[in-house]
Amino acid sequence: MWEQIRSNRTRSIILVALMGAFLVGIGWLLGVGIADSGTGGVVVAILLFIILSLLAYFQGDSILLSVAGARKIKREDHPRLYNVVEEMKIAASLPTIPDIYIIDDPSLNAFATGRDINHASVAITSGLLEKLNRDELQGVIAHEIGHIKNRDVLLMAMCSVLLGTIVILSFYGSRLMIFGGMSGGSRRSGSRDNRGGGGAAIIVVIALLLAILAPIFAQLIYLAVSRRREYLADASSALYTRNPEGLASALEKLAASTAPVKNANQATAPMYIVNPFRNRNASPTDWTSTHPPIQERIRILRAMAGNVSYTTYNEAYKTVKHSSGGVMSSQAAASVPGAAFVAGTQQGPVEEPATAKVDRAREVSNLMYKLDDYSIIDCECGTRLKVPPALRGQTVRCPHCGRRHQA
Amino acid sequence: MWILWVVLAIVVIFLLWLWGSYNGLVQARLQVKNSWSQIDVQLKRRFDLIPNLVETVKGYKNFERDTLEAVTKARTAVQQVPEGNIADRAKAEGELGAALGRLMVVVERYPELKANQNFLALQEELTGTENRISFSRQAYNDSVQGYNVKTQTFPSNIVANMFNFKKEEPFLQATENEAERKAPKVSF
Repeated sequence: MWEQIRSNRTRSIILVALMGAFLVGIGWLLGVGIADSGTGGVVVAILLFIILSLLAYFQGDSILLSVAGARKIKREDHPRLYNVVEEMKIAASLPTIPDIYIIDDPSLNAFATGRDINHASVAITSGLLEKLNRDELQGVIAHEIGHIKNRDVLLMAMCSVLLGTIVILSFYGSRLMIFGGMSGGSRRSGSRDNRGGGGAAIIVVIALLLAILAPIFAQLIYLAVSRRREYLADASSALYTRNPEGLASALEKLAASTAPVKNANQATAPMYIVNPFRNRNASPTDWTSTHPPIQERIRILRAMAGNVSYTTYNEAYKTVKHSSGGVMSSQAAASVPGAAFVAGTQQGPVEEPATAKVDRAREVSNLMYKLDDYSIIDCECGTRLKVPPALRGQTVRCPHCGRRHQA
Repeated sequence: MWILWVVLAIVVIFLLWLWGSYNGLVQARLQVKNSWSQIDVQLKRRFDLIPNLVETVKGYKNFERDTLEAVTKARTAVQQVPEGNIADRAKAEGELGAALGRLMVVVERYPELKANQNFLALQEELTGTENRISFSRQAYNDSVQGYNVKTQTFPSNIVANMFNFKKEEPFLQATENEAERKAPKVSF
């Protein structure tokens, strides 16, 4: 485990440095293109880089959580979810339980964020909370906690903010350059040796080209690493729950639904458990995707028979993908203790009684009402009245029996 | 002269490896101790949950006295095991778990009780607590395996021997109760 974490850490540093290099490169070219000063541009870029890295490190998780519209919940709000998260915290031997957030969204997704093991958060959409039974929920939460434990979370949080910066710089910088170029001819002071429009124009063209390409390259780097992390988190989920079928059937439910996540954008997409922009028609070997294809993840999980360990996951990965190299080195896989378990004989999701589904839906909608500041009144006839905050202080009638209540 | 530097470099690298290895072993051992006490935390939690459960159930008239009493008796038995006696403690906790299981089965026959909000909340808590107990045992076993692997595989076993680390910690068995191990007999 330690080799895996160490190689993750080195890779993180290299990745961040590479992205920083892009940032500096863009800064220099934009500086030359806009203000005729390469060093000025570099200084601005480096300053921006440092400030944003610090911001991402200390506030990255709260930025991402508020962009997603996530709201923190306490134990009383949803005991089942809280219990599941705490169970996985114990199984993964985390020192403290992560903060739990709910996103008011009918789509099915979840993500983890935070800068280290002691300051982590897990968020899940209300849609997903309704749809999954306890085993599947446990698989999904275990996957997210796997991200936290494998320290993917800091990497992904920082990189998504940096990627966003590169995108913003390129966007505004290229526009500034175009406008600057149009009116810049007159601003070129006489004290400079004006080499003529040709030299400056070439630099502007190169800068514009880079402004378009750099975000793409930065994203590609990001994507390759983020896919690998997803496989590792799947393996961790199987290890912690000792039940790969839980995550597998949860992923099936996720694959079947294509409702888009409301507040996801390009920068935050990789943090979700499945790609919020997935398109059913996309080719399975789409290397521009942040996540590996869901069907493949399901097959690998179901190919783990009789044993739950990183080695088994690695073997399953090699078998399903017909590749000689696994998703992790065999030494790193062997260094993490695994366990034997007898694989379940069923191949599909467990059928559950309709009442359980209704109970879950009711549980989640009650929670959402509470978070939206509704007041809950229990009528004598057994109905639970949910009164919107606008009607507070007025008299309301129960729709079933007609009794009046004071809100 | 340069050969002296090479030797020095080798010695330094060796010492660094020794340092890393030793710390790794210490961390593994501390992790074992920590996860062992985690189990205690969860067991205590179940212990504290039970009076509440018993009170809620007692209120329902005609509820089977014996099942309730078995739970209370098992709970007192756990309290009476002297500190430090791990084997007896494990046995007592196992019996408490079994008594609780029987209680939950009996509850199935009382539909009013099953619909009671209080009871439902308690039941979820109990399920959560039982799960937590198993997961903490699982985490303990995982940490034991990690420690054993470190003390027994080459090269870290050299360091382990040097500093007298205990060779092997015991795993927790899935159940101390032999009867639970046998498959249940189903007869129609």
